Amino acid sequence: MKWAALVVLALAPLAGMGNYPLHLLIMCLLWGFVYTSWAIMGRLGMVSLGHGAFLGIGAYVVVLLWNHAGISPWLGTPIALVLTAVVAFVIGYPCFRFKIVGHYFALVTLALTEVARLVIVALRDQTGGSLGATPNTALADSAWSLGALQFSSKLIWFYIILVAWLAGLWIWGRVDRSMTRLALEAISQEEDAAASVGMNVTRLKLGVTLLSALMTCFGGVLYAQYQLYVNPETVSGIGISLQIVFGAIVGGMFVRLGPTVGAAITLLLAEVLRLAIGHDVHGLDTTIYGLMLVLFIIFMPKGILGAILEALEKRRAAKTAAATA
Amino acid sequence: MQVFDIFLLEAVVNGILLGGILALLALGLNLVFGVIDVVWICYAELIMLGMYAVYYGHNVFGWPLWLALVFGVAVVAVLGALLHQFVIRPVLAAEPINQLLVTGGVLFFLQAVATLAFGIEFKNIGIRLPQLSVGEMYLSVARLIAFLVALAGMIGMYLFLTRSYLGTAIRAISQDRAIMPLMGVNPNRIFLITSALGGGLAGLAACLLVLQYDIHPAIGLTFGPITFMVCVMGGLGNMIGGFIAAFIFAQFISVGGFFLHIEWGYVIAFVFFIGMMFWRPQGILGSK
Amino acid sequence: MLKLSNVSAGYGSFQALFDTSLEVNAGETVAVIGPNGAGKTTLLRVISRLIDASAGEMTMEARSLNTVPSHEVIAYGIAHVPENRRLFPRLSVEDNLRMGAYVPSARANFAERLERVYALFPRMKERRKQLAGTLSGGEQQMCAIGRALMSGPKLLLLDEPSAGLAPVVVQAIFEVVRKMSAEGYTVLIVEQNVQQVLKVADRAYLLETGRIKLSGRADELRENDAIKKSYLGL
Repeated sequence: MKWAALVVLALAPLAGMGNYPLHLLIMCLLWGFVYTSWAIMGRLGMVSLGHGAFLGIGAYVVVLLWNHAGISPWLGTPIALVLTAVVAFVIGYPCFRFKIVGHYFALVTLALTEVARLVIVALRDQTGGSLGATPNTALADSAWSLGALQFSSKLIWFYIILVAWLAGLWIWGRVDRSMTRLALEAISQEEDAAASVGMNVTRLKLGVTLLSALMTCFGGVLYAQYQLYVNPETVSGIGISLQIVFGAIVGGMFVRLGPTVGAAITLLLAEVLRLAIGHDVHGLDTTIYGLMLVLFIIFMPKGILGAILEALEKRRAAKTAAATA
Repeated sequence: MQVFDIFLLEAVVNGILLGGILALLALGLNLVFGVIDVVWICYAELIMLGMYAVYYGHNVFGWPLWLALVFGVAVVAVLGALLHQFVIRPVLAAEPINQLLVTGGVLFFLQAVATLAFGIEFKNIGIRLPQLSVGEMYLSVARLIAFLVALAGMIGMYLFLTRSYLGTAIRAISQDRAIMPLMGVNPNRIFLITSALGGGLAGLAACLLVLQYDIHPAIGLTFGPITFMVCVMGGLGNMIGGFIAAFIFAQFISVGGFFLHIEWGYVIAFVFFIGMMFWRPQGILGSK
Repeated sequence: MLKLSNVSAGYGSFQALFDTSLEVNAGETVAVIGPNGAGKTTLLRVISRLIDASAGEMTMEARSLNTVPSHEVIAYGIAHVPENRRLFPRLSVEDNLRMGAYVPSARANFAERLERVYALFPRMKERRKQLAGTLSGGEQQMCAIGRALMSGPKLLLLDEPSAGLAPVVVQAIFEVVRKMSAEGYTVLIVEQNVQQVLKVADRAYLLETGRIKLSGRADELRENDAIKKSYLGL
């Protein structure tokens, strides 16, 4: 069933999908990947409002190295990942060491994402400031350039991003399996209890954070190369950081496919509203989206998919109870 | 060298005046933070709506400026109370992080509503206060007023909190919410009043910002983060700490901006904030 | 003055109080004694409406308390000194007392009542500027009682005033209770220190596992064999 769905998904674009639906599908998977990356740490109670910083590093480092030094994204990406790891470590280690949690962790990471945005804007001579930047094209006389990681075909991008997304889900599962139940609980709440049985909570948290940050950074690379345009507001700062958090929450950050469902719902909602209302009414789609978010967090904190799975679980439990009774 | 010094001095003095605005921005957020233990991530968006309220009062309805300013304060005060009643109250028992996130949802909502209602064009009330020249320095009159209002707001808030029954109750409720009914206090009523007060202070900040800045739906994002940093560095709910932190941040921004560029000023301030969090997570005045 | 008829209460599915009836008359000092977990604190919390009674009737001066919101109970003349004192630690002693006089009807008499509390507890006057959290245990208990008196109550509910205090301080606290009953206050006191409380009370109830097992005049209960054995260690 799972595999059949995957095959359908993988083959769908070959069945003559239009450019626009294909673009939407790619965006769903790309943001699904980024939201999943965030949720890998978010579900453990480490609510980062700073993932815009990692996304921004991924997007900008690769584009800037390509444009200013002619360094291929194949080399630029590892550089961006190393830089992300350093930043995540520098922020994460003291936070976990000194037990900065909850509001405080959220606000420290919020400061981080603002630093990233401001640095991008301040380096306007190199980055183009708030106008954004476009990677120098390598597609002048061919449809694709592997070295520059630029492809004019959306189909190629679909498969690249599909693989990334699947890898993200696989990592989620690996994290789940490699950590004992106790470790997971230790991270999210019973920190002192875990420390007393000799668990190195700081190291566990740091590991998860690094993983999450690196994946998000990679998402930033893919975003920049696919869109061939980066802008400080769309890849860093408080706006995108909150968008990542909310996408994951709407879908359900405690279940594996939740963040992806969140990405799909938010993207489709925006598109449907745009088609229904047209471009004339600025802000209506985000108004409804904002209202939904508020209602979600109040009434359905487990998200759409989380709530559905829970309801199914309950029904199944009720059925078994009825059967045994 | 002489010229250089006078410009540096101007940056320092302007930094002090900017500190006044930041202190005023932080005051309301700190009050709510300290009493209800909830961060209004959408605080700056309330200010944004307050600025629109002043604009509508003055430029659309044609009211005199003072009335429009009073209107601005009143609108945000009501919004603060509504925010508490309909958004915060249902999640008071939920996990702290949900309380933070729900106001983040409100942030999106308010921004979108403003876009929907007021459009994305920049608006301004058409009043620009002059620059004041002191010796060879030029100082912003609007900032000077903001500084004085912030100072008056601080003193007024201090007197209210220490001298009145309501103020004492507001301080008490953050220390022991559960026994407030035994004092004959309805905790929800105190929370509502506090939220309205916090909103009113945001409205006051809006009145001063509208004299200096153009209004647009996303303006909250430009000074929201710095306001959180000021509050946290001052020690959540510690108003005096917040006041001091405001001036420290303002100097980083103003002097840093003078030597480099205004964004670098902010970058230095934020990096300083992150460093401070590791060194003194309980705020500059807190004790370990 | 205060009358409970067949009151039951609990927390969620856990029932802590069963079918409890109790009466406090004006001018009396009534004690409720019993072991830890017998439901003594629950009893006071029900009277203050901090938790709901699941069954039964409560009246104060013939007016029903059953559906009164907890923050309005004080208007019926009931002041509650909670378990563990629960002062506001970062408010001064005087601000804590001010909170006791929060209800508008009490504010007018603030200065006069403050003098009365200071007369009863001279130590509080010396420490009036000090933060309540820095007081010693006995001083905190006095401050908590003073805070309750600030509302000018007809009935004072005391929850384990001697808990966690040194023996000398316990003596002082019961001296205060004796003084208050001499001054005509009506007091309902919940205690584990049976020996001491039966000396200051007029009447007492024995509460065990949520049920009233015995009641009577304090001097009679002191002679009761069961109480002697289980609670007085004689």
